[in-house]
Amino acid sequence: STVTSTFNGKKGADGNYLVTLIPGDGIGPEIAESVKKIFAAAKRAQPYLGGVEGIESVERESGKEGVAAHSRDEKAPISWEEVDVTPILKDGKTVIPDRAIESVKKNTVALKGPLATPIGKGHVSLNLTLRRTFSLFANVRPCVSIQGFKTPYDNVNTVLIRENTEGEYSGIEHEIVDGVVQSIKLITYEASERVARYAFHYASENGRNKVTAVHKANIMKMSDGMFLTACRAVAKDYPNIAYDEDLLDRVCLRIAQDPSPYADRVMVMPNLYGDILSDLSAGLIGGLGLTPSGNIGKDASIFEAVHGSAPDIEGKGLANPTALLLSSLMMLRHMGLNEFADKIEKAALTTIAEGKAITRDLGGKAGTKEYTDAILAKLAKL
Amino acid sequence: RLPSKFGGKYTVTLVPGDGIGKEVADSVKEIFESLKVPVQWEQYDVSGETTGGDELFQQAMESLKRNKVGLKGILYTPIDQTGHNSWNVAMRQTLDIYASVVVCKSLPGFPTRHKDVDFAIIRENTEGEYSGLEHQSFPGVVESLKVSTRAKAERIARFAFDFAIKNDRKKVTCVHKANIMKLGDGLFLNTCKRVAEEEYGHTGIKFDSMIVDNTAMQLVSRPQQFDVMVMPNLYGNIVSNIGAALVGGPGVVPGCNFGREYALFEPGCRHVGKDIMGANKANPSAMILSSTMMLRHLGLESQANVIAAAVYDVIQEGKVRTADMRGSSSTSDFTKAVLDKVM
Ligand SMILES: Nc1ncnc2c1ncn2[C@@H]1O[C@H](COP(=O)(O)OP(=O)(O)OP(=O)(O)O)[C@@H](O)[C@H]1O
Ligand SMILES: Nc1ncnc2c1ncn2[C@@H]1O[C@H](COP(=O)(O)OP(=O)(O)OP(=O)(O)O)[C@@H](O)[C@H]1O
Ligand SMILES: [Mg+2]
Ligand SMILES: [Mg+2]
Repeated sequence: STVTSTFNGKKGADGNYLVTLIPGDGIGPEIAESVKKIFAAAKRAQPYLGGVEGIESVERESGKEGVAAHSRDEKAPISWEEVDVTPILKDGKTVIPDRAIESVKKNTVALKGPLATPIGKGHVSLNLTLRRTFSLFANVRPCVSIQGFKTPYDNVNTVLIRENTEGEYSGIEHEIVDGVVQSIKLITYEASERVARYAFHYASENGRNKVTAVHKANIMKMSDGMFLTACRAVAKDYPNIAYDEDLLDRVCLRIAQDPSPYADRVMVMPNLYGDILSDLSAGLIGGLGLTPSGNIGKDASIFEAVHGSAPDIEGKGLANPTALLLSSLMMLRHMGLNEFADKIEKAALTTIAEGKAITRDLGGKAGTKEYTDAILAKLAKL
Repeated sequence: RLPSKFGGKYTVTLVPGDGIGKEVADSVKEIFESLKVPVQWEQYDVSGETTGGDELFQQAMESLKRNKVGLKGILYTPIDQTGHNSWNVAMRQTLDIYASVVVCKSLPGFPTRHKDVDFAIIRENTEGEYSGLEHQSFPGVVESLKVSTRAKAERIARFAFDFAIKNDRKKVTCVHKANIMKLGDGLFLNTCKRVAEEEYGHTGIKFDSMIVDNTAMQLVSRPQQFDVMVMPNLYGNIVSNIGAALVGGPGVVPGCNFGREYALFEPGCRHVGKDIMGANKANPSAMILSSTMMLRHLGLESQANVIAAAVYDVIQEGKVRTADMRGSSSTSDFTKAVLDKVM
């Protein structure tokens, strides 16, 4: 398959997939702890032996993983390999420690908490370094309204896939003469093609039957035009997925008026448009505290919460782990472990919807621990 | 510079544009006629859809250069590479109408998801990503140039502050992506900062800045925080569409473009509206309100106020509303309702 990003990791001797965990800075370790607890408690759905439905689902699972699912105690088959990515100096350059890189390379999947980017010390952003190191070419951002957390928009269910390596982020700029700057937006067929291919792949894997390319090719005829050419070519390989195109301005207008029509599709777009539209979508569901994301790469895929390290509440046990948890569910689905993802998702979302043990950023009074415990209690009953 | 009157009338270039342009321009024409507004139109039915429109487009440009003032709808731009470049952009660049002004304000009587929205978008209209400079340096590799100049950043920053002073607004927010485009957007941001401090520091108008992706998020969650916003071209396109969505859509938000010599008035969020073209469904408010901004520019203050007030009254009463405002009235019904108010 040309989808280089398809997960094909192997289970270890303990029957688990090894996944790199980068807890990150600030509130990172606290929210990572919460995710670990929840994973440890998430068990495979009990096979319902009395009916066809249950048996079918057991077979499907076992087919996928090559392990028969008899035990009702089988835990989410994940073992964590925790690494630290605090940058070190090597030959005068800041780099990520080799051990962290090796771990992600070997496991090909990682879950990552927020990283504080040190300002003004000549550091390249760590996020950027990770992106470059593992050719993380596509950024996936689903935004789904969270029941129990009211915003002016209540029917959001969007998926946006952003080209992550070039475009306006090429970093090629120069001052031609004093006061005149040229910034180059670089669009290549290759990068456009691979992100388009991932968008179609994601759509077909996730039950969405339409891909919309978002562009501004009326103005940037050649660059965005090439992006569209690549999308159209890939669309031919996916006859079961409808394909259309829409202008960036029209999408901004329509999504901010009423996001519900976008629930049927995956949107794919060049870097800057994706950056802006994905934050817009996050705004619709109440901000970055609840939005997960995945960085899909050629050599590895890294799933992460979109929010920052929130140093103001670090160590106080107040952080909301939902965004990281939702990111970890994207990771499970990326690995084909949908059943576990669905279950944890249900436990978390009903906990939020009930509103009895939610964190302060959602208007509740609970700390990280109470919220996590509430999810664990729900999981035990599922 | 103000255009001059001949025979007691101002001559104004009118380019209705594609899509719903004709219908909403007709609405303006009808209202002006009934009120005996001293404006004489020089109308050019340019279309970006048909081939061979170039000549008529050039004539329209000549007319604009003569008259210095115009009212326009939106011209269609083909997205394929063989098609012509945007004439909308060409007009703004040729006439150097560098400042686009779009005001997004909640309409009394028409509640939307967000209350009390009231901000102005001042958008650089002539450079940035809209430079049109692109080339394929190698098969499969395209470079698109975004051009940022200090001179243009300076004049748009001054325009924004002058606008704030004139309209009694308190804060100017520069929207940018200088963390990524360090030189290009950096130049824009730093120039705005310098103009704010050195030239407008004494005015008491506050200055701050916000990264464009965060701006998009803030707009849909807490739009009340914005007052005057100043930004490069592409971000203006995005922000004006989000802004319009917050207050009622492309049918209600007016806009205009100013330069040193010329002024061109057009609906604020620039959509052709092909899907409802010819159906007598379009909301003419954005076009009518744009035309009242034009009347103010011509010094025809009282007629401008009468017409604008009538539009807002009809909207507030809510009896006659077009489909985009959840109503079922036609373009002509709406026009008639406005006329009933002003006559
Ligand atoms: N997971 C969370 N749970 C609770 N509050 C949060 C969470 N994430 C962010 N916040 C709140 O939102 C505010 C902004 O968050 P953000 O994470 O961006 O902090 P930051 O100071 O920008 O960190 P960084 O510089 O690392 O990005 C913080 O002050 C914090 O109180
Ligand atoms: N004056 C208006 N009144 C009501 N709706 C409008 C008005 N202007 C634009 N719209 C609506 O805004 C939306 C966006 O307009 P836009 O022109 O981008 O779409 P379009 O007509 O489908 O495509 P194109 O731009 O290619 O003609 C459309 O649904 C259009 O009907
Ligand atoms: Mg962003
Ligand atoms: Mg932050």
